[in-house]
Parts: sequence; structure tokens; C-alpha cells
Amino acid sequence: MSKECVGMLLAGGEGKRLGLLTKNLAKPAVPFGGKYRIIDFTLSNCTNSKIHTVGVLTQYSPMVLNKHIGIGKPWDLDRQHDGVSILSPFTAQKGGSWYKGTADAISQNMQFIDQFDPEYVLVISGDHIYQMNYQRLIDHHKEKQSEATISVIEVPWDEASRFGILNTKENLEIYEFDEKPQNPKSNLASMGIYIFNWKTLRKYLIDDEASDSSSHDFGKDIIPAMLNDGLRLFAYRFQGYWKDVGTIKSYWEANMDLLEEDLSLSLNSKEWRTYSHDSNYPPQFIEPNAEIDNSLVNSGCWISGIVKNSILFEGIDVGENTLVKESILHPSVKVGNNCTINRAIVMEKVTIPDGTVINGEEYDEPVVVNSENIEKFVTE
Amino acid sequence: MDSLMGLINIEHEYDFLEELTYFRCGSAVPFAGRYRLIDFTLSNMVNSGVGEVAIFSNRKYRSLMDHLGTGSDWELAKRHGGLFILPPDWNDPTDISRGDLRHFHNNRDYFHRSKANHVIISGSQFISNARYEKAFNHHLENDADVTCITTRVNQFKPEHVSQLRVEHDEDGKIHNLTNDQQNPHVFTGVYIIKKDVLMKLVDECIAYHKDHFFFNGIKENLHRLNVQFYRYEGYSAFVNSIESFFRQNMNLLRPENYKALFFKNQFVRTKISNEPPVKYRKGAKVSDSMLANGSVIDGEVTGSILFRGVKVRKGAQVKNSIIMQRCTIEEGVRLENVILDKDVHISAGQTFIGSREKPFVVAKRKNI
Repeated sequence: MSKECVGMLLAGGEGKRLGLLTKNLAKPAVPFGGKYRIIDFTLSNCTNSKIHTVGVLTQYSPMVLNKHIGIGKPWDLDRQHDGVSILSPFTAQKGGSWYKGTADAISQNMQFIDQFDPEYVLVISGDHIYQMNYQRLIDHHKEKQSEATISVIEVPWDEASRFGILNTKENLEIYEFDEKPQNPKSNLASMGIYIFNWKTLRKYLIDDEASDSSSHDFGKDIIPAMLNDGLRLFAYRFQGYWKDVGTIKSYWEANMDLLEEDLSLSLNSKEWRTYSHDSNYPPQFIEPNAEIDNSLVNSGCWISGIVKNSILFEGIDVGENTLVKESILHPSVKVGNNCTINRAIVMEKVTIPDGTVINGEEYDEPVVVNSENIEKFVTE
Repeated sequence: MDSLMGLINIEHEYDFLEELTYFRCGSAVPFAGRYRLIDFTLSNMVNSGVGEVAIFSNRKYRSLMDHLGTGSDWELAKRHGGLFILPPDWNDPTDISRGDLRHFHNNRDYFHRSKANHVIISGSQFISNARYEKAFNHHLENDADVTCITTRVNQFKPEHVSQLRVEHDEDGKIHNLTNDQQNPHVFTGVYIIKKDVLMKLVDECIAYHKDHFFFNGIKENLHRLNVQFYRYEGYSAFVNSIESFFRQNMNLLRPENYKALFFKNQFVRTKISNEPPVKYRKGAKVSDSMLANGSVIDGEVTGSILFRGVKVRKGAQVKNSIIMQRCTIEEGVRLENVILDKDVHISAGQTFIGSREKPFVVAKRKNI
């Protein structure tokens, strides 16, 4: 059965800079926004963009991620003939290997893509927070008669040197790809979202596999090779909220962004829903002395204390006389009485004993608390 | 092996909730922030290992069917068994059955096809978080034809008036079901019955032109059936009037009641909708309340129950009220002892005040 477009979602990354947050799970599976996991944003984008064939490439610590995706039900990707497929590294007659790079992950799954005989392949990563209609990208790609189109976002000039920058002509045709340039010529940063003509990409992937010197990466190898051969490559300008939650600081900031009143990304939008699992917890219970200000609170929470500028996932207890401020509490965290939690990220199922004080302001970045390091904060 | 199949029979539940049941049956009325009345009995059945549940619904079942869907949120979307919503579609020209016997007669296949040899039957007005396994074991141990699940009422309220009272022998056999208002031993409306006994009694009832399976089939035959009781001791509530609906919702704002209903046993299951966490904006003031996801709060909420997707704008005050799904309460509105059905929009600056005994009820989709 032929499909116009197959989505390939890269979700195998470790996300080293997220430290403890990715100790036991892949970055796309890190909880986000009081209810979601990071990958929900891209999976929801696929569904909302009517991309119903999605391969999710997993590798690093995939257990939680696999369970979360399951058969794709929350995203309506549990379908009879296509839907979501989890593609992990495998062995075959010729042996097998781990995915050696983003391009290699796609190469190893050519068979998956070929069975749908698609015109286009959409390559996205599961670790960005944004709401985007991929159909617009495909339309742009068709309109420009492009071989490959890369979605870009304008970044502040002084930050451009941290990104992969695309230098384009006026008609957005790309003539150069600059990875983290010292003196950027443009402020159009690649969002790691690509649309390729599958026939073209297929050929480049085969060549790339044969090369020993290649790092098998889209940004470093495939795109430069295509530019080298003078293919028509175009940029697509995305306007809206987009965040790479690569570090603990940016993870914390992106969560806090959700508390902004005029953020263009909306979890409450009925036109562009963000889908996720729902554990069917009862409504949240707010005790008479509780105070909640500028926060997101999920179901199953029991709030007796004060919650300010914070994100609370499902099934959390906040005890009496306790202050939770500028913090992110992952599911089933139990905070006792008389505690102060400031600028902290508390990981799933951590129990914080009565009287504990955790002050993230003492550190460069928000402090991450898990069941192993919690003892450090508990004073007898 | 002995096993149970489920039946939720709402044929005899009249439209007991005034405005709230104008357009839906009682079992589909929203309750406790994100549930419908039927969720409690349905969850109890599923949590007790019942793998097939039929629903005898007669009228106004659109919202009930919408709520239940394929049954997947109760893990009842299955290859074999699962959920059977059975609205009336009766084409048997020889059919002489009446009342709820029509459902039994026209849905015989449901009972015959199942491998289960016992049936648990309930309505939707008894709210609890019960595991029925113990009652079923009791039923099997006593080789009962019927086992009625009962409870003890400590404080009589108007909703108890219509509940049957249980009189039994020393060996636990029920010999009378009465209307003795002094008797605190109350029948919950939930009972387990042997499937073959059920089918035999159904045939008898139809032959004698009866119209109420429980009254005519069981209550009138207590003398010749082995009818046992099993007393449920946990938290429970009967909802059969606006007054009891309001009070039983509000009772859940007491922490001990809320914990007993929702955290004592398994989760009460309900339809999953994809709502984001509650958004408390700057300046929101919420206390002593229960809120479901998708709500956005700018104003003040106390002693209230908010369903999914409710908006309370700046300067609005909501007190001792039940606000159902997707209502919008504009700036400066004051509500006290009010029940807003779904999709109600209260425009800025208005005040509505009811009393606890007679809450002010606004019907679905009203724009005030």
C-alpha cells in the first residue's frame, strides 16, 4: 500500500546533558508539562498533520519509551495497516549493529519505509517541544520542487553560533550548512526536521553506508553530500514556539514557559491537541488551607500546602505548611509537611520526608532530586 | 469454573435528577468531577474480574453510549466478551413480555452465549468502590440462588426512603424485603444470581405477565429461593434526587470520604479524554475543592467541584457549587449553591445563589 509520506521519528538518543533525568530512560520519554513525555509533542504533530505512518527509532534505554508508545492508542496511531511501529536495532543474516548515527538508523530500516513505497520521508526527532503542521512543510517542499527541505527557525544572532545554521539565497534555497559557526552568516537554525524525496534519500543513504569515513549523520554527512552534488535543497521557515530541551536548564525553562499567558504553544488548544496517556486518576483535591498560584497541576494530586510557579504531574501529595516554588514534580512524588522545595526537579515516586528543605538557588541550574540523592537534603 | 457476567439494568431508573435528566438517563449524569454515575458500578464489576457487561438501557441513552464507547477505558473492548450496550430493538412478533422482562427476553443470547454461570446485576444509583469477589465467594459457599449486596445506613436521609430493607434468618437467608423505615440494613440494588435461576424466573415472569424482574421474580419468591445477603462495609452513597446528588457530591470534599471512595480499592474508571493539567493563572484562589483536568482558573473557587475544561475568569467567585464540563464563568460572576450542567456560559457580572437543600440548577448548554 503506497503512502505519500512516512514519518521517521528519531528517539534513540541518550540526552547526556540531562544528567539524572535520563539515567534510566531515553530523552524522548522524559516527563514534560505536567502530563506528557517529550515525544508526545512530535507524535501529536504527526497525528494532527495526518501523518499516519510513523516509525519510531529507539535505542538508548527504551523500556519506558516503548511502554509509553505501546500500539499508539493515545495518538490514534493504532491502525490496521500502518500506524506507529517501534524500530529498534536488530540482527539479520548479515549480522547487525547498533544505530551508528541518525542516517544509519534510517538506512537500517529501509525495508520498513520501502513497504509503503512513499513519495516523501519526514525525519524528525523526538526531543523537541513545538506544535507544527508537517503538511505545510510538505506543501512547501512540493512547491519548491525540492529534493530535501529543512525546517528552520530564526534564532537571536548572538546565539546563532550554538546551532546548525543554514545559509540560504533569497528564495530560501540552501547553499551551505554551517554547524555551530563562529561567525554566522545567517540566523536560520535547523530544527532537525527534514523532508526528503525518498528515491533521492535512499540513494544517498546507500552511498553513505558504503563510506567508512562517514559519521552517518543527517546534518554532518547527508545534507552536505547533497549540497555538494548541487541538489535543490530548501529551507522552510517555521514561526512559533520551538525548544530543544537538551540541558537541565533548558528543560526547566521549557516547562516554566508553559506558565506564560501568551505562549504560542498551547496545551489547551482544541485545534492542535497534544495527546498523551491518562492514568484515569481522580480529580485533584485542594484542601482548605492550600494556595496555588501560576501553576499546572494534574489529576490525582492532593494539595494541602502552597504551590507557586510550578508544574505538578499526576498523583502528587503536597503536605501541610509546605512550599513548592518554581519546581517540577514528576508523577507520584510525595512531599511531606513543613518542607520547602525551590527550583528543583523531583523525579518520579520520590518521597520527601517532613521538614526537608531543597533550595535549587544554591546551584547553577535547577537541582534534580531522585530517590538516591534525596538523603543529601534530609536533615535529621 | 464458576464465573460472573455483569448486567447493569437501568430500565426502572426514572428521570430522577430534574434538569440534569432532561436529555440523558440518570446513569449518565456527571458525578464527582470527572465521572458519570454508571462508572462506579461498572468499575466495580471490572475490578472484580467481570469480563463482560451488558447494559439494558431504554431511553435517552445517547450520552450514555457516547460516554461508554467501545468500553476500552474500562478494559472492556475485547475480542470475546466486553461491553454490550443493548438499547431496545424488539422485533419478536410473539413477544408478550413487559417492563424490564422485555430486555431479558430479547437479549437471551447475551446470557446463553456466555460461559459464565452467575450474573451480577445492578442499577447505577449505588455509589461505592467495592470488590465483588467476597460477595461472590459468599454466594458460592452458600450455594445461594441469589445473593443481595446490602449495607448498613448510619444516618437516614431522604434518598434511603425508597431502598428496600433486609430481614433475614440467623443463617443469613433473607426472608423478607420490606419498607420498614427504622431498619438500617439496606439492600443496595446489587445482587448476584445463578444464571439458570435467572433464565427460569424470567420465563415464569413473562408467562404470568409480570413487568419487574426483581420484584416479581425474586422478591415474590423469597420463600422458595435461597436468597442470601452479603454486607458491604465500605464507603457508599445513594443518589436518586437532586438533593442527594448535590449532598453526595459535596460529601466528597471531606478528605476521609474522598480517600475512601477513590483510593481505598482500585481506581474508579471513567472515559479518558485528553485534557491538559489544570492551569492556575496568576491571582487564582482555590481551596477546599475538587478539580478535573483541562480547567483554567483565574478567579476564586471554594467548596466546589469543577469538571473537565471549566473556565473561571478573573474576579469570578464560585462557592459550594458543582460546575460541569466546559462551563465558562465570566469575570465578576458570583455563584453559590449552584449546579451548572455541561457547556453553560454565565456572562460577566451576574449572581446566582441557591440553597444547599435546593441548589439552583442550570440546564445543559444554557447561555445566561
